[in-house]
This record gives sequence, structure tokens and C-alpha cells, in this order.
Amino acid sequence: MSSTSNPLLEAKGITKYFGTITALENVNLKVHAGECLGVVGDNGAGKSTLMKVLSGLYKPSAGSLFFQGKEEILESPRDSQNLGLEMVYQDLALAGNLPIGENIFLGREPTKNLGFLKLLDFNKIKELTNAHLDKLKINVKSADQKVEELSGGQRQAVAIARSTAFNAKVVIMDEPTAALAIKEVGKVLDLINSLKKTGVGVIVISHRMDDIFTVCDRVMALFQGTNFAESTLSNTSRDEVIGWIMGKK
Amino acid sequence: MEDKDKKIESLHLKLIPYFEKYGILLLLVLMILVMHILQPDVFLSWRNVTNVFKQISWQSMLALGVFMVIVTAGIDLSVGSIMMLSLMILAVVAKAGAPWFIVVLTPLIAGFLCGLFNGLGITLLRMPHPFIMTLGTLYIFRGAGNLISGGTPISGFTDEVRYLGHGRIDLQWLGLEKSQYLPVSLVLIAIVYIIFWIFLNKSKTGKWIYAIGGNPNAARASGINVNKILIIVYSLCGFLSGIGALILAGRTDSGYPNAGLQSELDAIAACIIGGASFFGGRGTVLGVFAGVMIMGILRNGLNLMDVSSFWQQVLIGSIIVLAVYIDVLRRDIGTRK
Repeated sequence: MSSTSNPLLEAKGITKYFGTITALENVNLKVHAGECLGVVGDNGAGKSTLMKVLSGLYKPSAGSLFFQGKEEILESPRDSQNLGLEMVYQDLALAGNLPIGENIFLGREPTKNLGFLKLLDFNKIKELTNAHLDKLKINVKSADQKVEELSGGQRQAVAIARSTAFNAKVVIMDEPTAALAIKEVGKVLDLINSLKKTGVGVIVISHRMDDIFTVCDRVMALFQGTNFAESTLSNTSRDEVIGWIMGKK
Repeated sequence: MEDKDKKIESLHLKLIPYFEKYGILLLLVLMILVMHILQPDVFLSWRNVTNVFKQISWQSMLALGVFMVIVTAGIDLSVGSIMMLSLMILAVVAKAGAPWFIVVLTPLIAGFLCGLFNGLGITLLRMPHPFIMTLGTLYIFRGAGNLISGGTPISGFTDEVRYLGHGRIDLQWLGLEKSQYLPVSLVLIAIVYIIFWIFLNKSKTGKWIYAIGGNPNAARASGINVNKILIIVYSLCGFLSGIGALILAGRTDSGYPNAGLQSELDAIAACIIGGASFFGGRGTVLGVFAGVMIMGILRNGLNLMDVSSFWQQVLIGSIIVLAVYIDVLRRDIGTRK
């Protein structure tokens, strides 16, 4: 989308040390509403660390985050969720022993009052889950199905559904297609495109050029924990982006 | 051919939840039937049934506490020692002449604090596994119990203190005989188990306990404060061990150094037999109750038949191995690879 409007999310000068290891050094990133930013880089380039900083799981050693122009300090994933900043982890971070609906609402379950007791409202969880899955055109047998019984693509869809169940403004996805069968990849990419249309800013970390060139509007490359290159999709090519990943301009 | 396989697979998938939920009850009913056939006059008599419940009363509290910990994929080896320390504190406070309502509260508070200590150790000291922290406190708490009591039994409590473990609810108003009473400890088990069933299945915290056992990273990513929940779980486990101490005080009228020795292993065994998985996230309160009952009935039945306690050990051990093998098979069928 337009780069003239204010970015939804902006990270400035993010630096992260783990002991003596520098995982990120002075990294900048921004994403606008309805835009998809692709983040590429070799293994160990710092992509996942950057995303964990953005989601509040890691605190940056230095640097600052701005959400809708306002500086925010994220103490925990709950803080970022409250802002409307959601993360879909590479390992999906789903509890296999729980049903789909309870995974989607995990940590934010609707409750009802029974006298002085505050009990989970399972009917509401089911209702909201079905409505939300319908909206995203995700097909599962039932919201009561346990996540461990689902295919990789279905799990990915549930993870994305969870990230968007609470009016998310920015969704960050770590390798959303890496673990999927080829026929499932298309469905997940369609899902990302429909998210963009609703005005959500999407950040996709991926190794797959197909993913990047199907859904992204802009791509940035990290190399050894630093910003290496950045371009709109129309001004670059697969070969150039692959070169960036390997540290060649 | 493929269709047929698919049908069988889907039938399996449909049956699994029921088997998971109620399979253990089948085993329990089967055991009761077998014992009844073997000992038709005695086993199902009022006296013997109430006896079984009295015998399992304090174990059922430890098992319930350990169960919650196992659901988080943790373990608490210290429950027997927590119970012993709580019992000793109760005995010392009672001997010092404190009023009964203070005496009754002491084991509950002591148990809770011991559990809190475990929880803080596991989370704040970042112990690599709860096994290590609670193995340490297994020794610490028992040693502390002996230190405060001088390692000798302290006996003689008032009736109020003994009520939960020793009290009887008279049922003569129902036209029953005087010997046909309801042990207070049985009512207590029912109340505590129902409360914890509601807590684990209907409350947010309960759901989060299961989520942590299923995938702690998922829980963390969902903004759940995993450490806080773990501290709550270990504290509640200690609290339940404290209730166990109060029941035991009533039953034995004494605080003694060997109280609850190795009972942590019985508690773990009951959970495993009842279908809790060491991998976490699996198991039900009903299952734990069935597990405790199975162990209680096995011991009771074998005693009635005069079978040596050595055979009891062999049998209980065998049931544990069998129960876990069933868990392994269930995971094979129920989880996509």
C-alpha cells in the first residue's frame, strides 16, 4: 500500500543480545495497514528473534517499537495482543490436547457468571469459533476436534484463525507454509491475501520465494542480524532476493 | 479395502474419547465384580466398603494434588513428606494447647506453604525439572518434621480435630442400623473431588493447567503466565497434602515420623493407573478417583483373601505398567504422525 501514510507498526534500532551473542543489531522494520511485508534471511539471520521481539516474547536489549505512531514497551505477549499485534509461530504454539475452539480462545476465554463463580462459557466458545472459522472459510469437522487430530494445513489455519479472532491489526507469521503439503500451501496463502483485504498488516517470514512473491507487497532481507536490503516487490526479482539471503547485492 | 480401513480407523477415533474418559471405570467395575465373586459375604458389606473409603481417604488427597502437577507435565515427589510435616506441626500445636480451630487450620496452611516453596523453587530457581526440586524437599520436609517433633510420635487429639478423619455421620434416621454409618472422610473426598473437578474443567485457570501440559509454549504465547499457574498448582498440591494430614491425624490420633512414607509413589501410581499421562495435558479427576479406588480395592481385596503384601506389590506394579502401555497404544492411534 502507500508508503506515505503512517506505518501501523514500526521498529527502530532493535538490538538483541543473548549473552555474548548478538542476534540483532540496529534493525528497522515497518508495516502499513493492508500491506504484507516479507522478511527473508538465511538461518540465523535473526528473523525469528526479531519476530519474538515484536510479539513481546523477548525484550530488546536496545531500540524501540511504535504502534500506530505511539511508542510501546511490550512486557509480555499479552501486551502485544492487547495492542492488536498477533503472532503465528513456526511451531504454531497450539496445545494438541485441547479442542480447536479452546485453542483459538486460549488465554482469553469467554466466561459466564454462576453465582460468585466465573466459569468458562463453552457454548459461546463454540459459537464464536464456528462463526470465525466460517468467516475465514476454514473447513474442519467440528470446533470440538482436538488439534492433535488435524493435518498440518488445518493446524496452520487454526493458528491463523487464533491470531485474528480478536480484531488483530498486525499479524506476524513465522514460516507459515514450511511444514505444509503442497496442496495446502495455496489455501494458507489465500487466507493471508484475504487478511490483507480486511486492512490487517501482515508480516511473513519465509524461505519460499513463491510465498513472498504471491502475497507480499514489500520484502526486506536480514543478514547476520542487520538490515541488508529492502524493496517493493515490483522493483525486484526472485534472483535478487535470493542473492540478498546469501549476502550478495 | 482402503474404504474398510478408513471406516475402522474412524470408528477407532470415535471410540477413543469414550475409552479415554470411561475405560478406567470399566476396569474398576470389573474389579469390584471379581472381588464380590471371590468374597461374596464380606467384600460389599457396609463395614468393608466404608473401610475401603476410610483407607483411601488421605491417599485420595495426595493423588489429587499430584494429578494436577502431572497434568502440567511435572511431578511432586514431596507430597508424603509435606503431609508428614503438616501432621507434625498439627501435633505440636495441638500439644501446646491451641484451640481446635487453630489446630485444624495449621496443617492446611503448612501444606500450602510447603507447596508454595516447591512452586517458587521450580520457577524462580529454574530447576531443570520439578523432579529435582521435589526430591530435595522430600528430604527437607521430612527432616523438618522430625526436627520439630524430636523424631518421636505425638498422640492424643481432641474430637474436633479428629472429626474429618474419624467422624461418623449417623444414618439411623434412614432406618439403617447404628453400624451402618457414613464416614465423614467419604463425604470430604466427594466434596473435594467435585470442587477440583469444577476447578480443572470449568475455570480459566483449570483450562490453562491443561494447556501448559499440552504445550507450554502455546500457553506462553497466549499470554498465560506459566510460572504463576505452576506456583498455584504446586501450592494447591501442598494444600491437599495438608488436608491429607488432617484426615490422617483423625484416623490415627497421632503424629508419627513414618507418616506418609513412600505415599508419594502411591499417589503417582493412582494417577497413572487413572489415565493421567506423564507427558502432561491428559487425565481426568474421575480417572484419578478410579485409580485411587483400584489401588484401595486391590489392597483391601487381597487382604481379605489373606494374600501376602508382597503379592500386592507385584500386582500394583503390574497394573501401572499395563495402564501406561494402554496410554502408549492410545497415543499411537489417536495422534496424527
